[in-house]
Order: sequence, then structure tokens, then C-alpha cells
Amino acid sequence: MTITAPAGPIGTEDPVHQPPPVPRPEGITRTRRRRRLGPGRKIRGAGLLGPLILLAAWTIGSATGALDPRVLSAPWTVFTTAGTLWDNGRLQENLLTSTERFAYGLVLGVVAGTVLALIAGLSRWGEALLDGPVQIKRSIPALALLPLLILWLGIDEEMKVITIALGVFVPVYIHLHNGLRGIDSRYAELAETVGLGHAGFVRKVVLPGALPGFLLGLRFAVTAAWLSLVVVEQINATSGIGYMMELARTYGQTDVIIVGLVLYGLLGLLSDGLVRLIQRRALSWRRTLGS
Amino acid sequence: MAPHTGLVNTGLIDTEPAVRVRDLDRRFGERSVLSGLNLTIGRGEFVALLGQSGSGKSTLLRALAGLDHDVTGEGGIEVPGKLSVVFQDARLLPWLRVLDNVVLGLRDARAHGTRALAEVGLAGREKAWPNELSGGEQQRVALARSLVREPELLLADEPFGALDALTRAKMHVLLRNLCEAHHPAVLLVTHDVDEAITLADRILVLHKGHVAVEQTVDADITPARRAEIRARLLTALDGDTA
Ligand SMILES: Nc1ncnc2c1ncn2[C@@H]1O[C@H](COP(=O)(O)OP(=O)(O)O)[C@@H](O)[C@H]1O
Ligand SMILES: [Mg+2]
Repeated sequence: MTITAPAGPIGTEDPVHQPPPVPRPEGITRTRRRRRLGPGRKIRGAGLLGPLILLAAWTIGSATGALDPRVLSAPWTVFTTAGTLWDNGRLQENLLTSTERFAYGLVLGVVAGTVLALIAGLSRWGEALLDGPVQIKRSIPALALLPLLILWLGIDEEMKVITIALGVFVPVYIHLHNGLRGIDSRYAELAETVGLGHAGFVRKVVLPGALPGFLLGLRFAVTAAWLSLVVVEQINATSGIGYMMELARTYGQTDVIIVGLVLYGLLGLLSDGLVRLIQRRALSWRRTLGS
Repeated sequence: MAPHTGLVNTGLIDTEPAVRVRDLDRRFGERSVLSGLNLTIGRGEFVALLGQSGSGKSTLLRALAGLDHDVTGEGGIEVPGKLSVVFQDARLLPWLRVLDNVVLGLRDARAHGTRALAEVGLAGREKAWPNELSGGEQQRVALARSLVREPELLLADEPFGALDALTRAKMHVLLRNLCEAHHPAVLLVTHDVDEAITLADRILVLHKGHVAVEQTVDADITPARRAEIRARLLTALDGDTA
């Protein structure tokens, strides 16, 4: 038999001249790579691609007049407005107020969620007492509590920070508690055989094992904090990005509203990136598809 | 093959044994897994435990290790305070580096741990994450973790069951050498008859809840004798003779 196809590596597709299935001679290596499963290799700067396309579409739309500036201001208008707001100091002032609210609420909520989850996750009594109420709270959106919180706390900073914290503590609690309870019982067995005491078991096994859950909860918490912030800042605020936007609405200044939106977006991205960085650092022992 | 140097073969057996089990019963609900089991292991003696899947080998080992909290049953168990367990999975904590896994639960033992890692052929890998090691290497870390505690009794539940044949053969040599250096009494659970003959001074077959067959292995075993022992154990494992 003659083979007319070029002597390619075994496994080369050639429907006509497919060689009969002979046992592969020694010394010939198989060169066709198997297709790699999983999402594949990482693309550099992948996170920026989508936003850049959106920005381009926006710019083109404004430049060609397809976008009415009363509906959506042009990017360059937004840019100059941001410059003006910066120059007269309003931008920094409002940004600072919002960031402060966000930070206080986040810290308060994370601390509360962590403490509650530790109590519920490490003791059966703690779980019996705490888990039920938290699960009930979980099914009520933090924002649905606003009327009550306003009645109790007024419309000042206190109410705003507490509302944010209430939105934050639930995901932290849920994911940390889940992580604490989900520790592999084989590790508990190991801890017994190497003679770790209860404290050692918690320190060396339970807490590090629950860290991935905690950090996942933290990511949800950051999102929840921004969400709550946006809402509470629309309510009778006298400062903050939300207030700035609300004011702009009454004067029909689309550009200022968009500056506010972009700021919220940037801050959200920034804080999420920060948590992801912490995640990567703290979980360097994990090899997952995403990294 | 390395000559066996277990104390049972050198005439020192009249000292206190390392392990003594009397009339051990273990039940799961209605089902009796161990009944009237008696077992003695001398100091430094290497005992292999064979038995069909589900015959109660792990149950016995867990009883010796004190890990059977919710299990019902009676019986007397005497084991040394210093005992270590090697599981089938290496069971390393993925968030601790190799050396920290080795010295888990010990104080000021890093120098010892480093030495133990060198002994199992993993010098220089102290800082690696367990995920970065192969299955055989992980199991060697688990061996180092056991050895660094200088146990008088080493309990191993199919420690090489998940390894490929070549790695397993290497681990056999390693385990023999380590046992000769450290002299723990060993109870090795395995389903591999050849592994048992290669490693052990004495082989037990667990059947119907107790030790049904007991077979000592000569220190300098001839191929013919090896085949004979092998055949006897295989028959016993089939359950025909018990
Ligand atoms: N925790 C448990 N609960 C109920 N049954 C169990 C439990 N552990 C083991 N068994 C039963 O006990 C028997 C012996 O198990 P095991 O000791 O693991 O066997 P082996 O290790 O010899 O394969 C099996 O039939 C198994 O199903
Ligand atoms: Mg078993």
C-alpha cells in the first residue's frame, strides 16, 4: 500500500488517506495536543475590553448626534463637568463623605457578620440562638427596613451607616458560617490524631479552612455596601455623591448625574479589585481554574 | 530484599507488647463488624492486616487510634500513648506549607520536621504547598508527619492504595528503612497480599469479625516459601478456610 499524503504526525486528520489502525511504532510521538478544558488561557487586560467598547459606542453616538445630550450628555461634557466639580471642590467633598459612609458601614457590618458567624459556627448553642434570626433577616432586604430605621434613628449619618452595615453583615455571616460548618470531617480526625487541642483545631484547621468562604462573603458585602449607599444617599442627604446626583436631577443636569454614576462605578470596581487582591494573596495555596 | 529486623524475629518478644486487644466487639446498628477479636503486637513488630473489603479492617484501626467516637462495642484495648496514624489519603492541610504540616500540633519541632522530611527524601521542599506535590510525595510528607512524633505504634490504613505500582514499590522500601531506623510497632492495613508479605513480620487475615488466619513471614524468605504463603493468604481471603 502506498501513502501519498505527506508524512504527517500520527493523528493528522485526513479522511481519504487515513492509515489503517496499526500499532504505533516506538519512537514516534503523538503531536496532536488534546484540547484543553476549562476557560483557557487568560487574556491580558480582559477586564477593560468590555468597558472600552461601551465608551467607544457612547462617544460615537454623541459625536454623530444619535444621542440627545438631554438624555445622555457626551463623554467630553461629562469630563469637563467633572473637572469643574473638582475645581470648585464639590467633587472631593462629596466623594469623601460617601467613602466615609461606605467604609464605616462596611467595617461595622463585616465585624458584626464575622462575630456572629464565629459564635454560630463554633458552638452549637450559638448556632441554635443566632442562625434562625439571621436567616429571617436574610429574607428581608436591608432596604425594606429603611422606614423603620428612619423612625428609630432619624435621617442622619447613623441611619445611613447602620443601613449599610445591615446589608453587609448578612453575606459575611452566610459565607463565613458556611465555611466554618463545611470543614471536612477528615481534617477533624487528623487534628485528633496529631493531638491538636480545641484551640489548635480552630486556629490551624477551622479558621484557615473557612477563609475562602469569608473572602467570598466579603466580595458580596462590598457590593451590598455600595448598593445600600446609593439608596440611603437619595434620602434627605445633604452631602455625598448621591446628594450631588439628586440635586442635579432637580436642575436637569444629566452630565452631573453621569459623573456620579461613573464615580459609583469606579469606586465599586476599585473596592472589588482590592478584595480580589486580598483573596489572591491570602489563598495562594489554592490552584483553581480562575488563577 | 532487605532482611526483616522486626524484634519478633530476634527473640526479644518476652517484653511487654505494644498493643493488646482483648475480646473486641464493634457494631454499627444491628450489624456486628468485629466480634471477639484478640490481637497482640510486639514492640517494633510489623504486622499487616488483610481482609476483604468491608471486613472491618478500618473499624479495627480506628478503634486502636481512638477515633471511633460514636461506635458501640466493648473490649479491652491497650495501646501506647505515642501513636501515629497514616491515612489512605495523605490528608495534608492544603493551607499549610509542607513543613508546617509535618510539625502540626508539635511545639519547637521545626528542626526535627526538616530532618524527617530529609529522611523521606523531600529535603528542600519544606516551603512547598501540598497541592504542588505528587500523590507519592504527599504520602511521604504524611509519613514524615507520623515519624517526627517518634511513635511507638504506627497505624496505617491502606497508605499506598492510591499510588501507582512503581511509586508504591519505592514507598515499600522507604517504609521498611524508616521502620528499621525508628522501630515503631506497625499495624498496616492493606488489601495487597504481596505488599503484606514484602513488608510484614506477621500477617493477619480478618474474617467474620476476628483474626481468622495468622501467618509469620520468615526474615529470609525463599521464593518457594513466598509462593506458598501467598497461596495460603489468598485462599484465606476468599473466605473458604475460615
Ligand atoms: N460509620 C459507619 N456507620 C455504619 N456502618 C459502618 C461505618 N463504618 C463502617 N461501617 C460498616 O462496617 C463494615 C466494615 O467497614 P470497614 O471497617 O471500613 O471495612 P474495611 O476497612 O475492612 O473495608 C462495613 O460493612 C461498613 O459498611
Ligand atoms: Mg477500609
